[in-house]
Amino acid sequence: MTSDADRGTYPPTEEMLAQPVPAEVAKAQADRLRKVWAQPPGWTYWSAVNNTEVGVWYCLTATFFMLLAGILALLMRVQLAVPENDFLDASRYNQFFTMHGSAMMFLFAVPIFEAISILILPSLLGARDMPFPRLSAYGFWCFVIGGIFVMGSLLFDAAPDAGWFMYPPLATEYGGIGADIWLLGLSFIEVASIAAAVELIVGVLKCRPPGMRVNIMPLYAWYVLVVGGMIVFAFPPLIAGDFLFEMQRSFDWPFFDPERGGDPMLWQHLFWIFGHPEVYIIFLPSIAVTAMIVPTAARRPIVGYSWIVLSAVGTGFLSFGLWVHHMFATGLPAISLGFFSAASEAVVLPTGIQIFAFVATLMVGRVRMIHPMLWIAGALAIFVAGGLTGVMVAIVPFDWQVHDTYFIVAHLHYTIFGGMLFPVIGGIYYFYPIIAKKQLSERLGKWAFWLMFTGFNVTFLPMHLTGMQGMPRRVFTYPGDLGWNWLNMISTVGAFVMAAGILVFVYDLLRPKGKQPDPPRNPWDAGTLEWTHNVPGEAWGIRSIPYVDTRYPLWQQSKMQERIDAGRYYLPDAEEGKRETLVTSVIDAHPLHVQRVTGPAWITIWAAIFTGGAFIFPTFHWYPPAIVSAVLAVACIIYWNWTSTAVIPEKDSKDAGLGLRLPLYVSGPDAVGWWAVWITMLADATAFSSLVFAVFFYWTASAQFPPDGAQFANGGLVAAGTGLVAGSWALTAWARRDAGRGAMAALAAAMLAACAGGAVLFLALWTTDMDPTEHVYPAMMWALVIWVIVHLIAGVVLQGYCLAGLAFGKITRRHDAPLWNSLLFWHFLCLTVLVTGAMIAIAPRLMT
Amino acid sequence: MFSPAGIDALATLNLFWVMLAGAVVIWFALNGLFLYVTRIHVGKMSRRLAEAVIIGGGILFPLVVLSTLLIYSLPMMGHQRAPDDGLRVSITAERWWWRVEYWPDGADAPVVSANELRLPVDQRSELLLTAGEVIHSFWIPALGGKTDMFPGRITRMTLAPSQTGTFRGQCAEFCGLSHALMAIPAVVMEPDAFADWLADQAQPADLSAPGRAVFLREGCGACHTIRGTPAAGRVGPDLTHLGSRTALAAGILPMTADALRAWISNPEAVKPGAEMPAYDHLNDTDMTALAAYLMGLE
Repeated sequence: MTSDADRGTYPPTEEMLAQPVPAEVAKAQADRLRKVWAQPPGWTYWSAVNNTEVGVWYCLTATFFMLLAGILALLMRVQLAVPENDFLDASRYNQFFTMHGSAMMFLFAVPIFEAISILILPSLLGARDMPFPRLSAYGFWCFVIGGIFVMGSLLFDAAPDAGWFMYPPLATEYGGIGADIWLLGLSFIEVASIAAAVELIVGVLKCRPPGMRVNIMPLYAWYVLVVGGMIVFAFPPLIAGDFLFEMQRSFDWPFFDPERGGDPMLWQHLFWIFGHPEVYIIFLPSIAVTAMIVPTAARRPIVGYSWIVLSAVGTGFLSFGLWVHHMFATGLPAISLGFFSAASEAVVLPTGIQIFAFVATLMVGRVRMIHPMLWIAGALAIFVAGGLTGVMVAIVPFDWQVHDTYFIVAHLHYTIFGGMLFPVIGGIYYFYPIIAKKQLSERLGKWAFWLMFTGFNVTFLPMHLTGMQGMPRRVFTYPGDLGWNWLNMISTVGAFVMAAGILVFVYDLLRPKGKQPDPPRNPWDAGTLEWTHNVPGEAWGIRSIPYVDTRYPLWQQSKMQERIDAGRYYLPDAEEGKRETLVTSVIDAHPLHVQRVTGPAWITIWAAIFTGGAFIFPTFHWYPPAIVSAVLAVACIIYWNWTSTAVIPEKDSKDAGLGLRLPLYVSGPDAVGWWAVWITMLADATAFSSLVFAVFFYWTASAQFPPDGAQFANGGLVAAGTGLVAGSWALTAWARRDAGRGAMAALAAAMLAACAGGAVLFLALWTTDMDPTEHVYPAMMWALVIWVIVHLIAGVVLQGYCLAGLAFGKITRRHDAPLWNSLLFWHFLCLTVLVTGAMIAIAPRLMT
Repeated sequence: MFSPAGIDALATLNLFWVMLAGAVVIWFALNGLFLYVTRIHVGKMSRRLAEAVIIGGGILFPLVVLSTLLIYSLPMMGHQRAPDDGLRVSITAERWWWRVEYWPDGADAPVVSANELRLPVDQRSELLLTAGEVIHSFWIPALGGKTDMFPGRITRMTLAPSQTGTFRGQCAEFCGLSHALMAIPAVVMEPDAFADWLADQAQPADLSAPGRAVFLREGCGACHTIRGTPAAGRVGPDLTHLGSRTALAAGILPMTADALRAWISNPEAVKPGAEMPAYDHLNDTDMTALAAYLMGLE
């Protein structure tokens, strides 16, 4: 490790920056960069992993799923246009509304945030690429496979049909394969979503340009951080819920069956602990886009930067404390309803602060109504209406009337269109020159806007009334004598007007623009780094990575653009022929090291295909191919790490430009991989906590948990099993310290101890008569042990990977990142096993 | 909701008008401000004013308005859930119909009915709600809010009707294929009329019509109860006083002989997924007799 003293001068002085780069040097550098970052030619294009390619595919795929889900909505509107219509039968209609909601949420709203962020985040931060390009590609291919699988079920009349929140017992006991498709297909996509969130968080924390402290980074990056964090904590409870749910569907473990001690309310809690943050997960990114457009339109820096950041973080926290407002009608005690009602209203404050900060910025600026601002204005009109009805439905007595009616349908579409779709489209108009190096048509944009805005309001404004007149949501038909007819007809007409607007927008997006001249580089005169992009495009991301010490470097740091273009800043060259980006420290963005990033590969697609198999085969109860697929997926991921990230660089450090010498290899907390493991394990620990929560939930909700005469896990075996696992953890920790010959022996012993520990924990239940199909208590105990065993398998694979790395010289005392990362995994694993031991051996004995 | 016939529904409607008025004012103020700063006054305003807007609009104003709203509205919850010493009714939601059991004061066994709720006016009745297989939600918009119904759990709500008449309710939680076809008429009666009606309902059926034999021969009693006959099934609705109800098939069909014949001959055509088998093999004479018998059970 190089010490600070011999790294060179930092921060760069003005004299250093003012020194010109000789033209021929600059050209040679640019040529080398161009060659290193070139896209794979011909059909091998699809092996690309660059954020600029994967991001575009991701956006287009999500948009495609949005259009499909929109078509479902139109078909439903046709069915509801007149009373007692037979255009769709009940079964089709129920599949359509379930898939409309599920696809809009899981295949559009969340992925489009990740897609747009993968696409533009590196350029906002002056980075070459995301920290783990192959992970983005893997996430994208998982998304494609999972999305096609879930949407494809519609073609076989086998789609999920229990509503997008899949309440048991309806979803557990009835219907065919649809519920399994929903649970497994969407869990698969959720895993990919978490992977993308981990990458985005690490991108914001570690890939900022030198000097860009957290308090000057673009607001968009702040929102990525908040939303990424929310995904990491919100999706795992749903994944844990999915796991319990699928165990009930496939193996009849009675988690939600009241006759055997289960409770359908547990699913509602787990679902909405996910589901409410989800609302903000799709809303905050649009605020983020708005936060980039508004200062540009106002031609001045944002007012109230700190207020906005605090509000975004505050919204993120608050959103985890509101979930019960989806359950006001479930008969919970008035005291908890009152608490959640007040908490729900409290979220108005941070939301209001963000909106008023934008208004304040416009007040102090000299506003230019650039086209994206039209969409922001429309978004405000719609979102504020949705927010105000939100204030109403957070009031419990009012919610008791309108809950599960068309009033809620109207409310949620007002928040989602105003708080998500309109700003996203505004953002696409705004960022399009960066993405496509062309501009969208303002004329078509106005057509699209007014058609969508009018159509939207004509569709959804009357729905408030429809709901208040007594029409519940999710009905495939209604009688003609209730006064609902004309309201429904108006909504249907409006839906088609809106669809016409969306078509105009999609046409504008996709129409060939070959003859259009190149747009200016910075058509809106914005102040942030993404507008230093090259026209025509270059695959290198940014020509050289600047030193940034202002919030709007293009406005506030003179000669920024020309110095970037000249290669005056960091990493202007690719002299070793490798793709590289700069990694900086979390708070101050102090340059830490040069990160070699991975290039095009097919292995990510194979890994996605086999991961897909592991999730999709169990839908049909084909367990052997599922296990084979899972093993192959793990093999692919190991191969991909072994051949790329585990490569020891040819030299210890390199000249990063501006006289700065930086290491090429770091491990532990300096490394991006270590951070990624940390964040992933937080998500994993959250899922595990949800299972522990389930145990306590059953205990508090029922006097029969554990039931009378219940057996307990064998205490001695549990103690032995957790002891063995703890020993394995200690050996892994020792191996990390030693990282030499002794480490190999320690790891081998640790693997044996972990396997033995898992087996003994299994026996601790197996030797009793605890039958998981009999009652929810044994089922819950078995669920915890299965969770632990799956994690122990992963832990042993990691230990084996490190052992092999040591044996083949891929891991040395200087190059020990895999040991650090595996040990971090094991810290969490050891804790999980200790808690599980207490939960199965001690807690039930105390609960009786 | 707009023509309330119960104390709770009226209170909620008034709450709505108050909130709507506030919402309209706030909507116009905020969008007007946005329009003003982007289109009308396009010039620099003072930074101090801008910061005042953030603090005033984002913090102080919502804090005052929302606290007031919560203080005004939350106590309503208690009123709407408070039990009273009035009638108790247990309602069990099945797929897709309602089992309704009245528990008059001091009764050991309930008076069983189905697919219709009758309540006395001007008193608060308590509903004990549960469900057979999946989650449903009980809702009579004109009388008050809704409460979910869970298998294996009892939830409670109360209703205090203030007007007599018939009011339509409908299941509000998605419960599967025919969720849309699960309604329930609520008939609010004068207390005396209600007491008479309940006493009648408690009586067994006393009708010997030709259709009675058809009913028993076809095995209808395996699922349905007609008190006073051997038919004592609990799978489907109690039919002891079917003819006295206002609607058929959980609020879906009118209570007429034709509708009854259509239902019996093919329930699936009326309500997809209904568990009752089709009796389309009955000849016209038998069907006429059966319908007449059931219509006669008043």
